[in-house]
Amino acid sequence: MSHDHNELEPYGAKDGVDVVSGVPVFPMGEHQLRRADIDPKAAKRAELQVASMFGISAICLLGAVISYVVVSNTLFINVPMVGKVNANHFSVGTLFGLGIFLIGAGAIHWAKKLMPDDEIVQERHSLTSAPEERAEVAEIYKRGAAETGIGERKIIRRTLLGALSLFPLPLIVMLRDLGPMPGTRLRETIWDEGIHLVTDATYRKIKATDMQIGTLINAVPENLLEVEHEDENLNERGKASIILVRLDPADIVSQQGEGWDYQGIVAYSKICTHVGCPISLYQQRTHHLLCPCHQSTFDLSDSGNVVFGPAARRMPQLPITVDGEGYLVATSGFQEPVGPSFWERG
Amino acid sequence: MALSRRHPAVLATVIGVALGTMGIAYAAVDSSTKPKTTLVSQTQVEEGKALFIEGCSSCHGLAGQGTSDGPSLIGVGAASVDFQVSTGRMPGVGPGIQAPKKKAIYNETEIAALAAYVATLGPGPAIPTAELLDTSGAELALGGELFRTNCAQCHGVSGRGGALSEGGVAPSLMDSDAKNIYQAMISGPQNMPVFSDTTLPVEDKQAIIAYIEQLQKGENPGGNGLGRLGPVTEGLFIWVVGLGALLAVAIWIGAKAK
Repeated sequence: MSHDHNELEPYGAKDGVDVVSGVPVFPMGEHQLRRADIDPKAAKRAELQVASMFGISAICLLGAVISYVVVSNTLFINVPMVGKVNANHFSVGTLFGLGIFLIGAGAIHWAKKLMPDDEIVQERHSLTSAPEERAEVAEIYKRGAAETGIGERKIIRRTLLGALSLFPLPLIVMLRDLGPMPGTRLRETIWDEGIHLVTDATYRKIKATDMQIGTLINAVPENLLEVEHEDENLNERGKASIILVRLDPADIVSQQGEGWDYQGIVAYSKICTHVGCPISLYQQRTHHLLCPCHQSTFDLSDSGNVVFGPAARRMPQLPITVDGEGYLVATSGFQEPVGPSFWERG
Repeated sequence: MALSRRHPAVLATVIGVALGTMGIAYAAVDSSTKPKTTLVSQTQVEEGKALFIEGCSSCHGLAGQGTSDGPSLIGVGAASVDFQVSTGRMPGVGPGIQAPKKKAIYNETEIAALAAYVATLGPGPAIPTAELLDTSGAELALGGELFRTNCAQCHGVSGRGGALSEGGVAPSLMDSDAKNIYQAMISGPQNMPVFSDTTLPVEDKQAIIAYIEQLQKGENPGGNGLGRLGPVTEGLFIWVVGLGALLAVAIWIGAKAK
């Protein structure tokens, strides 16, 4: 550090001027007087402007309280641009908003027009302490370390190191509370052999003969109704939801297993294999299933294979048949994990 | 093309339509909810056949059997014809991803005749009766749940429509009447899947229609719904108008007073 440097100035400058270019390092220019500084009438006008902002603000704030009490909150009014709005909400909100805005606007107008606006330079001192002060602090540290005797008292040193190294251990163990490991739950759904397919939201069994070609049904397993705990129910629903469509059997190019359809009725997972959005955006002419989240597209007439988009895996198919009364049932659970890929799946 | 055509059998047509109307009225009064065939006169069918051969057969074939330019209409039913023709989707203007909605070319009488004729080609869903479209007893909350389960994925939660693949769109439902919503569900027009009365019962359909009618009323207690498109328009508004206003205030604060 150069000691002859004036510490109030940036390096390379002397007496407020850059030594190379000769340009002032803090250019200020001539102080410009404002209209209100010269003309008392202009100052009076600015004063009135500020006062009226504060005055209107006071009226707005009182008005907000009055309209809260007076304006009916069942009345709807038509406001241009805004449309039909609740009169109470609109009047209270507008008046209160205007009220607080005008306090701020008045304060800024006051500062800009009437308060002094002379340019000033605020001088700052050097951030570095004097060399003697720094040497003194270093000396205090050294003396303190010597007084603890940590150099000689080996047993204290070692036990302290041991305690400090164990200190993070409880924190790591407590991470266990983030929940049990998923185990096989990511691979399994509540679908199983003989579970009836029921309509989502209305939970009716589905007769195969009721489905004409082109029909789409959003379905869930019947045993979802047995999962009573709400969180568990949502978890199972999130994995087990399927969509059911009836294709012309002649249109089916391939399936994930021999005879997994029932006379052209195919059941596929509803959970996108990309990041797990529920999808039932089924286009009956192309047999495409489009995920609205990232436009992954699956062909339900061709094993649910990906035909477009970021999904890396086909939609898992659920093998189905009918029971003795003609209602659709699953012949087994899903043969591969549904939903997005996960770490252990490989 | 057919707007001002004069057919020799005008009187017979009028009688036919009158009979048809009587049939629909009878069906509306009847308490059974089973879809039933309306009383159709032979004249109406002939009138419909004439219109069909003139306006539809170049794509759908002289007997409605379908060609490389248009699908078979055997078994699509009267509901499908009424939906496609009354919304102007048919006759189509040309091949494409989907036939857009436009002004209807045929009038009500002609549509009824076309529907009556196509219904004779094979059994298919009939035009819903007034009784089926009565939503006065419908359960609105159930309708909302069913709409979100079965319709919202394509038509959007607010029924404003949405994008499909390859340039197709699911249309907005904001101008659709109860009859056409019902007909679309039972006939599955274009890329829409079928929601027949056997898989989605009549009372569920009525609940869905009642819910859509509620959406159509479009009450926005918070003011301008910005098209009810959600974060797209709302985000655009707040980035342009909201941040714009903040910028203007910031510039005013920073500007030097004169």
